[in-house]
Amino acid sequence: MGTVTRWVAAVGLTLAIAGSAGAQTVEIEYWQYTFAQRVQAIEELIKRFEAANPGIKVKHTHVPYDDFRLKIAAAIPAGQGPDVVQLFYGWLHDYLRAKLLQPLPAELFDPAEIEREFFPLVQQMKVDGRYYALPTAVRSLALFWNRKLFAEAGLDPAKPPQTLDELLDAARKLTKRDAAGNLLQAGIALDMGLQDHHWLREVLIRQLGGQPYSPDGRAVAYNTPAGHRAVAWYTDLATRHKVGQFGFLTDGVTQFRSGRAGLMIDGSFRLAAFDAQAGLDYAVAELPTHEGRRSNFASYWVNGITPKATGPKREAAARFLRFITTPAAMELWLEKVGELPARRAVAERDAVRNHPKYGAFIRGLAYAHATFFVNETAQRKLFIDMVDRIVLKNQPVAESVAQAAGEEQRLLDGFFK
Amino acid sequence: MLDRLSLGARRTLCAWTFLAVPLLFYVGIRFYPAADALLMSLTDWNIVGPRRFVGLANYRRLLVDPGFWLVMGNTFQYLVLGVTVSLGLAFLVAYHLDRVRLGHGLLRALYFVPHVTTAVAMAWVWRWLYQPLPVGLFNDVLVRLGLGQQPFLRSTEQALYAVLVPAIWAGLGFQVVVFLAGLQAIPRDYYEAAEIDGAGGWRLLSHITLPLLRPTIVFLVVVSSIAFLRIFDYVYGMTSGQGGPLDSTKPLVLKIYETAFGHFQMGYGAAQTVVLFVILLAISLLQLRLLRAE
Repeated sequence: MGTVTRWVAAVGLTLAIAGSAGAQTVEIEYWQYTFAQRVQAIEELIKRFEAANPGIKVKHTHVPYDDFRLKIAAAIPAGQGPDVVQLFYGWLHDYLRAKLLQPLPAELFDPAEIEREFFPLVQQMKVDGRYYALPTAVRSLALFWNRKLFAEAGLDPAKPPQTLDELLDAARKLTKRDAAGNLLQAGIALDMGLQDHHWLREVLIRQLGGQPYSPDGRAVAYNTPAGHRAVAWYTDLATRHKVGQFGFLTDGVTQFRSGRAGLMIDGSFRLAAFDAQAGLDYAVAELPTHEGRRSNFASYWVNGITPKATGPKREAAARFLRFITTPAAMELWLEKVGELPARRAVAERDAVRNHPKYGAFIRGLAYAHATFFVNETAQRKLFIDMVDRIVLKNQPVAESVAQAAGEEQRLLDGFFK
Repeated sequence: MLDRLSLGARRTLCAWTFLAVPLLFYVGIRFYPAADALLMSLTDWNIVGPRRFVGLANYRRLLVDPGFWLVMGNTFQYLVLGVTVSLGLAFLVAYHLDRVRLGHGLLRALYFVPHVTTAVAMAWVWRWLYQPLPVGLFNDVLVRLGLGQQPFLRSTEQALYAVLVPAIWAGLGFQVVVFLAGLQAIPRDYYEAAEIDGAGGWRLLSHITLPLLRPTIVFLVVVSSIAFLRIFDYVYGMTSGQGGPLDSTKPLVLKIYETAFGHFQMGYGAAQTVVLFVILLAISLLQLRLLRAE
């Protein structure tokens, strides 16, 4: 090549490099736990987001649930890991203490707008006037019933029990035992390890006139006659009325799926499992009321922005987070994952609100409470043990509740110190 | 430089070079994390956030934690019952299997199969066997025999033994095979000489077989002690990871797992691992002493 040609080539190359440097893409990372439907849903949302935002690339990593908290806790302080991270609403305060989240930029996340648009329980994500995370979807509880078993028991398969008394009545008729008294079919599937402890905590205690915790969440409030009544009502199902049995067929889901339980209290996330069960003719209704009192338990996974996202990454992360909390994203999530939209307007659309399966859960959201857990593992175990002491060891209800209340208060005190 | 070393020295250098690689690996993978765990036990750390040095506070807390003592009680029950029952059974099987010629290989293989089956799979199957009617096999048999159902895993009295059964059953195969090897290593001449002197079956057993099996017995006691002290998979699989009901089946390893990864109290969990380490070390040192006392 001649000198001039070489010179032209050099300039051309430099300009090309400079040109491409100007069109740099920002890459952000999103981490969530491994769950097939969620992974698919996020992949789809990322595709749509990247199409609408050509300058941003989202790298999606999913971690097995058992390692999830551990990996995040290790990665973020090391300056690695996600820019946008998924977490359970109950972990917010742990994450804040560990400085794993930064407040959501107010330009894109106006607190007044959030409070207008989202269900009230999302306000738990606001600390000192700023929001730290937002959900795409929420879950609540409802009553599942097996229509075929209802018909066999002489109950109207189109009319689920609407009050706790009707629930007990239906459960009695649905319970089948053999000649020796061994349980063959449970009236209601009882399992403290699944959702029953939430039902007890946020629904039954309130319905029987009590409160689970003080309004600021720092004090245990169920060690009262009303609280004892609620726990007694629940344990009586197994011990006195014998319409259910703990440990029957290993767990509650197996009981209901195999058609050996007529009723079950469970969350919206269970719909996929029951739908996949061939031959299971079930329907969903709102949780039974008691003396006109309604309550429900809601939980949700949220997404937040980590301190790792600075400058253009922070902007990109905020835009991605906003995208996955838009009404369109929530509709996709409902369709793919089966979790309920966190925005009231989306949830209260007629098609959703009156949906034969989701409707009951959505209507329940309006009066749902989300427990402020300081250590969900421990608080769950406390309730499991409380019921086990009553059922297996015949400990008087008042004593067992008092013992659980004392242990839980110590847990709360340890957190709020 | 190498030329100046003697042949012996060169051989030693060669050996050390080859040993260095696995040694470094071992130090990195085994000793470093163990040392780190020891240091961690002196801190208060919840994974996120800094480690706070608290000295022996975690150990003081262990001493007064009723949950810890309950768990130690369970673990020692697993140890004592597990070792004695499994060794007793294994010896019985091996002693008689030694005399069997027809189908010897097949029987030995059948005994060994549970040992190579994954603990989790066995835990799940046994969990179903223990179920109440209409699913549980054991309760089905009991009811047909006219006896009542048993709660098994749903009883605070029975659950620990219920969990032990598959754990013992799984360990049997290995112990049977080791006992067989030990039995076959005893020279026939001793038996013949004793028989000539008029010794009967029981005296042969107590004066020749058992004494000569001593190294085998000591080895198996130590190996199965370590295994039962560290029991985890069976409990986790049969109690949904809870160690219940009411912590009646919970062994120390499960409590460590729960403390560290359920409650995120890494320092406290590390302290418990140090306690377990000390116990295991004591048992291993005991073995060395017993063997040296030959």
